[in-house]
Amino acid sequence: MIKEEFSSGDSLVHSTDPRIKIIVAVLFSVVVAMLSNFLAIVAALAASLLLIMIARLSIKKVFYRVLLVNGLILLLWIFLPFTFKGQTLFVIGPLVGTKEGVWYASQITLKCNAILLALIAFLSTTPISTLGHAMSRLRFPDKIVHLFLFTYRYIHVIFHEYHRLTNAMKIRGFVPRTNVHTYRTYAYLVGMLLVRSYDRAQRIHNAMLCRGFSGRYYTLSQFSINRLRDILFLSLMLAAILGLVILQWKTIS
Amino acid sequence: MHISEGVLSAPVLVTGAALAAVGVSVGLKKIDYEKIPHVAVLSSAFFVASLIHVPVGPSSVHLILNGINGVLLGWSCFPAILVALALQAILFQFGGITVLGVNTVTMALPGVICYYLFARLVNQQKGGLSLVAAFACGFLAVLCSGILVAISLLFTEESFMSVAKLIILAHVPVMIIEGIITLFCVAFLRRVKPELLGGIYGKG
Repeated sequence: MIKEEFSSGDSLVHSTDPRIKIIVAVLFSVVVAMLSNFLAIVAALAASLLLIMIARLSIKKVFYRVLLVNGLILLLWIFLPFTFKGQTLFVIGPLVGTKEGVWYASQITLKCNAILLALIAFLSTTPISTLGHAMSRLRFPDKIVHLFLFTYRYIHVIFHEYHRLTNAMKIRGFVPRTNVHTYRTYAYLVGMLLVRSYDRAQRIHNAMLCRGFSGRYYTLSQFSINRLRDILFLSLMLAAILGLVILQWKTIS
Repeated sequence: MHISEGVLSAPVLVTGAALAAVGVSVGLKKIDYEKIPHVAVLSSAFFVASLIHVPVGPSSVHLILNGINGVLLGWSCFPAILVALALQAILFQFGGITVLGVNTVTMALPGVICYYLFARLVNQQKGGLSLVAAFACGFLAVLCSGILVAISLLFTEESFMSVAKLIILAHVPVMIIEGIITLFCVAFLRRVKPELLGGIYGKG
């Protein structure tokens, strides 16, 4: 269930230096979140779609992911056209839909999906362990990097534990329903996960001490940006982001 | 309770990121290198717990558990939640980079509030009172998160009022379920592993 679905591949995006991908992903997300010009937003969406194509990801899988995340956006579409004051666009019974409301809702939808697709293209195409090492090379605080890598490592272990416990529950005839018994059972399940996690953490710590852990976590992976394509990729992306800023700024002035 | 990318305005995003940075740095100060495995394993336990869907009538909700997270971890729940949310963003695309700060605050701040309000009460001798505190902790944490989500929406655009109200209203059943689950979970931990509730993670 917890799979890094998009992380393996040999496309241009997959093989770019992960530090570049992190930097570009952050810059792109921040810039797109600030956009309000229609042309700029559409250009951003087109850019991230292009990135998905370059990364040669399965369009079906990406589409499914994006669809799942659009829940809140759907909620906004139900309300925003009617709560926004402005020019009347359409009327359904007592409800008046305004042009501004529809524009605002579509602006949010496009921006959300543009950032989402970019997130998939840049970060989900990198294995989590590589991301952690790249974060460390980018001078993220050591403790955050450790926490990030350890958490990812133990998500799998604890998820496995969770599966064992739910299997045991099923074999004993547990069927979830809306009643206190169900909630109590789930609460005990969570409690058991916490207890086992605690014991496990204790053992991990002991094992680390045995191996001479002294408070530093070394990363062996070395990255180097001397390949021409990395530099080319970075400059292209920066140019694209700058392009978005110019599109936005030109129409404001 | 994630806010999607592209919804909030720049000032709200920046405020969220700044508050999250403060919370995370306070939390990190409390974690020494010895405690990192503990916090990480607990952080992943909460990540997995958030994948558990609990039935409510014909529908289902997933667990949030930020109340008990706060009670167990204290300020360290800020970095723990930040990391869990970052992993959710990368693995499932729930949330994202620019809303990471806001989402961390909406989940972790109620946790810290619960830590100060309930950590002692939950761990005390009298069983009855500690269970009432546990219910209140689960209930209040989700309520506070809902209010924080509503506030960040309203500061972005006043027309979000009805959406914000609906979000809080829709979370009322979640609050009750989180309260019940937290209650039973605390009852379980009191019997099985009382030292967990003794603030071994939160202190220091």
